[in-house]
Amino acid sequence: MTILEVNDLNVTFRGGIKAVRGVSYQLARGEVLGIVGESGSGKSVTSLAVMGLLPEGAEISGSVKLHGQELIGMPEEELTRLRGKSIGMIFQDPLSAFTPVYTIGAQIAEAVRIHQKVGKDKAAKRAVELLDLVGIPHPDVRAKAFPHEFSGGMRQRAMIAMAIANDPDVLICDEPTTALDVTIQAQVLEVLKTAQRETGAGIVMITHDLGVVAGLADRVLVMYAGRPVELGGVDEIYYRPRMPYTMGLLASIPRMDRPSARLIPIEGNPPSPAALPPGCPFAPRCPMKVDACDDGEPELEPVGPGSRRAACIRAHEIELKNLDGATIYPVPEPPAETEASRPRAERETVLKVEDLIRHYPLMKGAVFKRRVGTVHAVDGISFDIAEGETLGLVGESGCGKTTTLQQIMQLEAPQDGTVVVLGKDSAKLGRGERTALRRDLQIVFQDPMAALDPRMPVGDILAEPLRAHGRKDVPARVAELLTLVGLEPSHAERYPQNFSGGQRQRIGIARALALEPKLIVLDEPVSALDVSIQAGVINLLEDLKVKLGLSYLFVAHDLSVVRHIADRVAVMYLGKIAEIGAVEEVYARPAHPYTRALLSAIPLPDPNLERSRERILLEGDLPSPASPPSACRFRTRCPKRARLSAEDARRCDTEEPIVTRLAPAADHGAACHYPEVTEVPETAVS
Amino acid sequence: MRSKVVFARMLRNRQTRYGLIALLVLLLLAYVGPFFGPHDWLEKDFAAFMEPPSADHWWGTTQIGQDVYAVALHGMQKSIVIGFLVALISTGLAALVGASAGYFGGWLDKALMWGADLLLVLPSFLIIAIVSPNLRGGSWLWFVLLLAAFSWMITSRVVRSMTLSLREREYILAARYMGIPGWKIIIRHVVPNLSSLLIIDATLNVSAAIIGEAGLSFFGFGVQPPDVSLGTLIAAGSDKVPGYSWLFLFPSGLLVLLVLSVNLIGDGLRDALDPGSNS
Repeated sequence: MTILEVNDLNVTFRGGIKAVRGVSYQLARGEVLGIVGESGSGKSVTSLAVMGLLPEGAEISGSVKLHGQELIGMPEEELTRLRGKSIGMIFQDPLSAFTPVYTIGAQIAEAVRIHQKVGKDKAAKRAVELLDLVGIPHPDVRAKAFPHEFSGGMRQRAMIAMAIANDPDVLICDEPTTALDVTIQAQVLEVLKTAQRETGAGIVMITHDLGVVAGLADRVLVMYAGRPVELGGVDEIYYRPRMPYTMGLLASIPRMDRPSARLIPIEGNPPSPAALPPGCPFAPRCPMKVDACDDGEPELEPVGPGSRRAACIRAHEIELKNLDGATIYPVPEPPAETEASRPRAERETVLKVEDLIRHYPLMKGAVFKRRVGTVHAVDGISFDIAEGETLGLVGESGCGKTTTLQQIMQLEAPQDGTVVVLGKDSAKLGRGERTALRRDLQIVFQDPMAALDPRMPVGDILAEPLRAHGRKDVPARVAELLTLVGLEPSHAERYPQNFSGGQRQRIGIARALALEPKLIVLDEPVSALDVSIQAGVINLLEDLKVKLGLSYLFVAHDLSVVRHIADRVAVMYLGKIAEIGAVEEVYARPAHPYTRALLSAIPLPDPNLERSRERILLEGDLPSPASPPSACRFRTRCPKRARLSAEDARRCDTEEPIVTRLAPAADHGAACHYPEVTEVPETAVS
Repeated sequence: MRSKVVFARMLRNRQTRYGLIALLVLLLLAYVGPFFGPHDWLEKDFAAFMEPPSADHWWGTTQIGQDVYAVALHGMQKSIVIGFLVALISTGLAALVGASAGYFGGWLDKALMWGADLLLVLPSFLIIAIVSPNLRGGSWLWFVLLLAAFSWMITSRVVRSMTLSLREREYILAARYMGIPGWKIIIRHVVPNLSSLLIIDATLNVSAAIIGEAGLSFFGFGVQPPDVSLGTLIAAGSDKVPGYSWLFLFPSGLLVLLVLSVNLIGDGLRDALDPGSNS
């Protein structure tokens, strides 16, 4: 039974910006429709248009029918009655979706009372029930808490509770887990499944993460430049995509099961919605483009058996020849390996961190500040990086990754422990030595927009490190750097904002390379980029590493990216290293229960695997680094400890585990008293 | 490279071009115009008191037979110099103090902000009124310094708080990790990113300084006779508007044009410096 029917929906913003062009879909009861697309593809605008929440000045045409009732052009009063009752919405950022001055319970009760005639105490009781349903511990107490007292994952749960408060028929989720860590994301996705079971609602799941949709959706709609380009069952889309864009998107994701394969980027950038190309909007980036593609925009037409539709004039040809992304897209050449890599022990150590500690005092009071506690941001970590090596530093937000980076980059004496860069102890550096050492140690930041001074043309941005260190041939070097990262030398006169995200990140990389450093610290360099762009940047980093003999310290929360690019990996938990070792060892035989949980929480872009795998769901949230658990930091959430005998478990509570080498492996250590030794079955991590 | 790009962007803006042309015309008028007038500004025509504009006296004459054209242009010279100098000094001081306090923090921040607060609570008009008689024999440049010294504090507080947030931006961190010294980061990254604020502030300061100078001159604390400025002329002509409007209209017209053209240029500069603006 169709509950929501969208037909030929168009949204045009002021200035002729066509954000959504001709979106149509049906949603049945209990069905999950995934809407997938990169930023700017119009996926969020589509759902806002359905809810009638677009700002004034947006022109909407087409039809949106809920239970056969037309929503477009409906008076605001009637829409208000439907919103929150028949349609629930879950937003990306749950902090801004709650009012900070009311308690969570009061806000959920309000949602109940607006649409149902119930008393105050009854509504409050219902709020507690709902919080219990979404798995919030002690719901009766937590209902009286304010939004800022909830963690991100908890807030998102509460948001789900609010959205299902009135048994809606349709739930629209706009990137509900994008702002969350993987283990929390896994929890929230489970809650969403529960919510759907309870209400039987149809879900529209909007996301850019192909992994999230694979396990949840029944059908998938792929959007590009405001248009639906492919629609079909989840298996059809993932295993037999028929539109070159979908094919490219799937081929560009770093996969855990194919770690060594070269990533396949989609060249170019999505078109600006204000200046669309005449024909198919994907044609300029498409490897299968023929002249006919420019003649007109292809319609979404049925392809092959089943319900699948694709907007490509060559879709039938793809169907007949059964092509996939790896065959139609040019696979970039792998970088030529220079001199067979010497054994790790013989190579020079470029960075050595030993027992690094960084504690922040927690102050209270306005006039007389007194210390009320200590934030254990980084609490004794050790690792080293050999020449030409990439170390991936992985962990969830709040685990101390960024603090570690800052401690290394500052090149000053740490609170405790040592940081040795290229054989020089940072605590013993003089002023001049420190400046000289900065040449060899550079950083690339996460957000490519914030990392480039918006007031400087790109040429000046790249020239800055050169001038600061007294290089002479500045203009020539700037041109060389731009070419090196795949940009035009003529781009030097433009401002950062004239570039797309991927290009800006390339500029950031070029700046880091300007002084020919030996070690580059990469702080989540691809997490702000769309997947099709991300692949190109990862390939560039790999090429540069081989070409220039660089070493990387690669900080990321995305484990599949790390698997792809890193040689060794260190997993951090609450300021400590939980597990460290060669990538193959750690990913194939994760020994620490936390690593196991992390790996099992990554959504995979493979519907069959995603449905069949067993997730290790962690309980609760990351404890506060201001009061970390004693002894083993992970013991409060450890799934393994629950299975230990009382006597064995006592050891976890009293004795702090240190990173010990695991016997058979050459390079693999874990900080756990009872490390797992079994190999992870391929389906669980691959 | 930046200055070239900014200049090209600025010239593309039509209003800025008008502003630039107007200011250029006014500057020419102020500095070249007097050579073409039939009278010198010190000359007194005893045959013509309070005459309306005529072929001989283009903009009429004053109570004591001075040629309004010559006097107004001379007054404008003084006003332009005072206005621009005060704006330049006070905005520069505000940027320097605010950015240093915000960027370096610590005791420097405390000391600078304490100084700014102290100047804020002192009644500037009173201080200038007390000090200026002692400077009567000295150069009018002292007057400029006095005006500037009392007009930078609020801006510097704004600059400081903006610097505090800028300091945590990644491009500033990147520059710091590149080994670039603090004062260079302030000049190269902090101040240009505050340029919108500073330019608007400087433009406002030009008009504020001209008006402030006029106010002080009216009470006899500013530009001292026989020297004149637009301020003293407007003050002198303001009570004779009904019958002898030329005494008031010409100086005040020049003042309006002056402030307007400076504002147009300020707008254009801001747009050119801010790559995010579309105009």
